[in-house]
Amino acid sequence: MAYSDKVIDHYNNPRNVGQLDKASEAVGTGLVGAPECGDVMRLQIRVNPETQVIEEAKFKTFGCGSAIASSSLATEWVKGKTVSEAMEIKNTDIVKELSLPPVKIHCSVLAEDAIRAAIGDWKKKNAVGETAAVAAK
Amino acid sequence: MSMNTFDDDVKTVPAAKTAVNGSHIPVPKGVKLPIYMDNHATSPLDPRVLEAMMPYLTGVFGNAASRNHSFGWEAEAAVEKAREQVAKLIGATAKEIIFTSGATESNNLALKGIAEMYRERGNHIITQVTEHKAVLDTCKRLEKSGYRVTYLPVKADGLVDLDDLKRAFDEKTILVSIMFANNEIGVVQPVAEIGKLCRERGVLFHTDGVQAAGKIPIDVNAMNIDVLSLSGHKLYGPKGVGALYVRRRNPRVQISEQINGGGHERGMRSGTLNVPGIVGLGKACEIAREEMAAEGARLRKLRDKLKAKFESSLDYVHVNGSMEHRLPNNLNMSFVYVEGESLLMGINDVAVSSGSACTSATLEPSYVLKALGLGDDVAHSSIRFGLGRFNSEAEVDYVADKVIDIVQKLRELSPLYEMVKEGIDISKIEWQAH
Repeated sequence: MAYSDKVIDHYNNPRNVGQLDKASEAVGTGLVGAPECGDVMRLQIRVNPETQVIEEAKFKTFGCGSAIASSSLATEWVKGKTVSEAMEIKNTDIVKELSLPPVKIHCSVLAEDAIRAAIGDWKKKNAVGETAAVAAK
Repeated sequence: MSMNTFDDDVKTVPAAKTAVNGSHIPVPKGVKLPIYMDNHATSPLDPRVLEAMMPYLTGVFGNAASRNHSFGWEAEAAVEKAREQVAKLIGATAKEIIFTSGATESNNLALKGIAEMYRERGNHIITQVTEHKAVLDTCKRLEKSGYRVTYLPVKADGLVDLDDLKRAFDEKTILVSIMFANNEIGVVQPVAEIGKLCRERGVLFHTDGVQAAGKIPIDVNAMNIDVLSLSGHKLYGPKGVGALYVRRRNPRVQISEQINGGGHERGMRSGTLNVPGIVGLGKACEIAREEMAAEGARLRKLRDKLKAKFESSLDYVHVNGSMEHRLPNNLNMSFVYVEGESLLMGINDVAVSSGSACTSATLEPSYVLKALGLGDDVAHSSIRFGLGRFNSEAEVDYVADKVIDIVQKLRELSPLYEMVKEGIDISKIEWQAH
């Protein structure tokens, strides 16, 4: 398996590794994948309640180099975006940025799922409906 | 993963910066990177084997089937010497050795050749689930042609249960094919007991001896083996050459040929003989026989050292398959909560294999590990270390330290490891399979 330079860079220097306080109102946690599939991603965001801007993002991933890179990249991309802007991130953008081969596309899908799951968790905690999110945009 | 070469121009490993690949494990003096520790996949050619082959790649080019001149006679003499060398390794006689292009061909010839030849006697074949694909896929093909195949399960240690085998025989059983030693987990099947059970029932016994030949003693008579496959490139010989042992006495085994042509190899395998390859295979078998005891003891010590280092430095590691019934050069270990491919990526100056799905296009983890009853998550975390004749103790030390370092770094990245450390039972979480 030949990895792109960007995958290798994220693998060697993963961005935003760690954990945020799951119990905090401002934190949304997404845990996606399954150990038996060889990929588990946990992506967390801390959202500013005033601006709905994602001010902090952390991840931990069990998975191949492409899965680690996809989730590391996802944390970089969501940071500084509003929640609704972050919802716009597509797995195909990740595929393109990391030059993932077809057999690794599922890693990017999982990263997109992780973003959505984290945002979904935050919305649930803060009782933010879809309309509110759109209005904030 | 890129395969490593043995060239002198060693691949430069990109300078590690931080986190995962930020390992600064010192490279011991005399150790050259990359290190090859994947000897179940293939082994480097022993220089002594190359030396034996050289004349047949240069001046001595005759066709071993040419009866009328010295070119042919010389080639034939070299082939017959190799036949003796191969036979001696497994306690056979030279006339019982058929040269082939490798073990895949040998396995195909054995299974299809016996199935066809003994079709009137029966149509039932017994094998087991952790065989190499060269046996399993051949059996699948035979099933399409009207044969019945029983695939025995294996126990948690990777060995077949002899009671299962006893129960599997029926009046239509013509052949049992069970490998000598497994290519992934290195476990050695109870071959002598299987041979005895087959002999008592008048059923032929074939064994895929690719991983065992030259590594541990084989005696086809004492073990009641009727047909045995072996390959050159797994025992420091060349690629593209293998052999099939076919018993000639008590009982005389007959095989229906699968390649038609000039009637070479007593009609069982037509085609001009690969003289340099055969000479190399013969020499490789001779060296393996002479050095087996010392080499086995040396590799067992190194393998056990590797295992002990992992077990003393890391938690949640375990060996896959029986340690007691195992090739001396194999270690298959799961580093739980670390995915195998990501581990290989971190140890990119060491050539080993992973049972992880991610290393194959199928995304299915190793069927061998699954057959042991391991969960897919543990199978995804497995690494196969295949030690060989040219590995040094300093290399083993380096590999151990490097793997430990990368596993520790990847576990810092692993949400599963974090949860387990916090006391969360991850088997109770409702994961969304994808």
